[in-house]
Amino acid sequence: MGYDLNMKVWRGDATGGELVPYTVPVEEGEVVLDALHRIQATQSGDLAVRWNCKAGKCGSCSAEINGKPRLTCMTRLSTFERGETVTVTPMRTFPIIRDLVTDVSYNFKVAETIPAFAPEKRRDDGTYRMQQEDVERGQEFRKCIECFLCQDVCHVIRDHEENKQAFSGPRFFLRYAELEMHPLDTNDHRKLAQERAGIGLCNITKCCTEVCPEGIKITDNAIIPVKERVVDRSFDPVTWLGRKIFRRDQLPESQTPTLPQD
Amino acid sequence: MAAPTGIQSPSRARIAERTLRTDRWWLAPLVTFIGLTAWVAYATARVFQQDHYWVAEFHYLTPFYSPCVSVACTPEAAHFGTILPDHALIPYAAFSLPFLLLFRLTCYYYRRAYYRSFWLSPPACAVAEPHRKYTGETRLPLILQNFHRYTFYLALVITLINTWDAILAFNGEDGFGIGLGNIILVGNVIMLWCYTLSCHSCRHITGGRLRSFSRHPIRYRWWTFVSKLNTRHMQFAWITLGTLALTDFYIWMLASGTWSDLRFL
Repeated sequence: MGYDLNMKVWRGDATGGELVPYTVPVEEGEVVLDALHRIQATQSGDLAVRWNCKAGKCGSCSAEINGKPRLTCMTRLSTFERGETVTVTPMRTFPIIRDLVTDVSYNFKVAETIPAFAPEKRRDDGTYRMQQEDVERGQEFRKCIECFLCQDVCHVIRDHEENKQAFSGPRFFLRYAELEMHPLDTNDHRKLAQERAGIGLCNITKCCTEVCPEGIKITDNAIIPVKERVVDRSFDPVTWLGRKIFRRDQLPESQTPTLPQD
Repeated sequence: MAAPTGIQSPSRARIAERTLRTDRWWLAPLVTFIGLTAWVAYATARVFQQDHYWVAEFHYLTPFYSPCVSVACTPEAAHFGTILPDHALIPYAAFSLPFLLLFRLTCYYYRRAYYRSFWLSPPACAVAEPHRKYTGETRLPLILQNFHRYTFYLALVITLINTWDAILAFNGEDGFGIGLGNIILVGNVIMLWCYTLSCHSCRHITGGRLRSFSRHPIRYRWWTFVSKLNTRHMQFAWITLGTLALTDFYIWMLASGTWSDLRFL
C-alpha cells in the first residue's frame, strides 16, 4: 500500500539554504533514498544527492535523517510513523557543496597521514603466515565502508572545527588499531596515534559506535585499545621500564608518510 | 564576538537548530544524571554516618566500611587492624573508598556516562555541546584518566577484601550459618568481580596489548574471557551500584534493628 510521505530536505550551498518541504508518494518497503530519488525524478530534478550502491556497502549516501547520522539507503521508511515528517540534511561536520552533498576531503587528507602496512620479511618459502585468531582480530576493522558517519557524529570535530588539524577521528583510529594489532607489522604506531592522530582528544562517548552502519565496535575494540597502548608508552612507567629492561617489543616508531607533491 | 565554530562554522550547511533529532535524546543523560547523583548522595551519607555497619550476630560487614581501619571500628569488624584516627570526616574505610571512587571515575564506561550527562560533552549523539573549547583528555586534570589501570590494580585488591568479608560472614557468633544477608553479600561480590574483571584496562593487560594472539595462547584465552565480560561492562557498572547500595542498606537495617535477617541454616 502506497502513501504520501511528508519530507523536509535541506536545499542550498555554502552561501545559505533552507529546509524545503516535499510530499512524496512512496511504497511500503522503500528507504529514504528511494523517496529522495522520487523527489529528484518528479519534483526537483536539480536535487544533489550522492549515492552509488544502494545496498549499504559503498558508504556514499551518508546524511542526517531526523538529526541522526545514517545511510539513506539503509533507513527504511517503516522506521517512521505514518504522518511523521522525515527531515533529511547533509552531514553537518563537513563543508557543504550543495543540498545533501558535502566535501569529505578532510577524511582523505587524514588518510594520507596514516603509515602504510610495513610487514616483516617473507619466510624462506616466500610466504607470510598468520594464524586464524590473529586474522580474525583485524577483520572487524576491515568491514569499514568509509561512509564517514562516525567522523560526522564525533563531537571533537563536529562541534570544534579547529580540532580538525589535530584529530584524525574514529575511522582512522580503526587504521591505527589494525596496524598495532597486526602480528606482521614492524612499526610502533603509538607515538603517531598520540601526537598526530590526537587520540587524547577522544573522550570515548561512543557516538561513533552508535552510528556505525557496519556495527563495528569502534570505541571498545579500536579506540580504547589504542588509548591503552598509548598509556603503555607515555603514562605507565612500570610498563615502559619493563619493556626497556626485558627488551620486548622494541619496534621503530612509524612516521607520517611523505607524499609526492602535486 | 568570536567566530562561530562547530556546526555553525561558515563552511557548513546553514542550519540554525542545535539538533534536528526528534526522539527523546535528553532522557538517557537525564536518567544517568539522576541515578549517579542519587547514588553518590546515598553513599556519602552512609559513609559519614559511622554507625550501623556491622551485624555482630552474623558477622556481616557492609562494603562501605570495608576494610574497617579506624580506631573507632568495632574490634570484630576490623579484620585488618585499626590505623586511622577517629574523626567525623575520615571514613572508616578510608583505605579503600577513595581508590574505588577513582576506579569508577576513571572507568571508560563512567567517563562516557558523566561526560555526557554532567558535562554535556556531548549531551547526546549529534546534539551540539555548549562548550566553545574542547581539549578532551590531553590536559590536566583529565589527562590523569590515563592512570585507570593503576586504580584497577587497587580495585582488584579491594574486591579480594570484599570477598574475604563475604566468606567470614558465613561464620557468625553461633558458628556456620546461612541467611539472606549471606546471599546478598555473595551476590554483591560476584557482581563486583564481574565489573572489575570486565574493565577495559584489564582486557588490555590480560592480552589486548599483544600483537600476536597465536604466540600467547593462554593470554589469548584470558583475553577472550575478559572480552566476553567486557561487552557487558556498562551493565555491570550499574548492577554493582545497585548491589552495593542494596547490600549496605540491608546491613544498615539489620544493624539498626529495623528488621532481622532471614535465616536458612
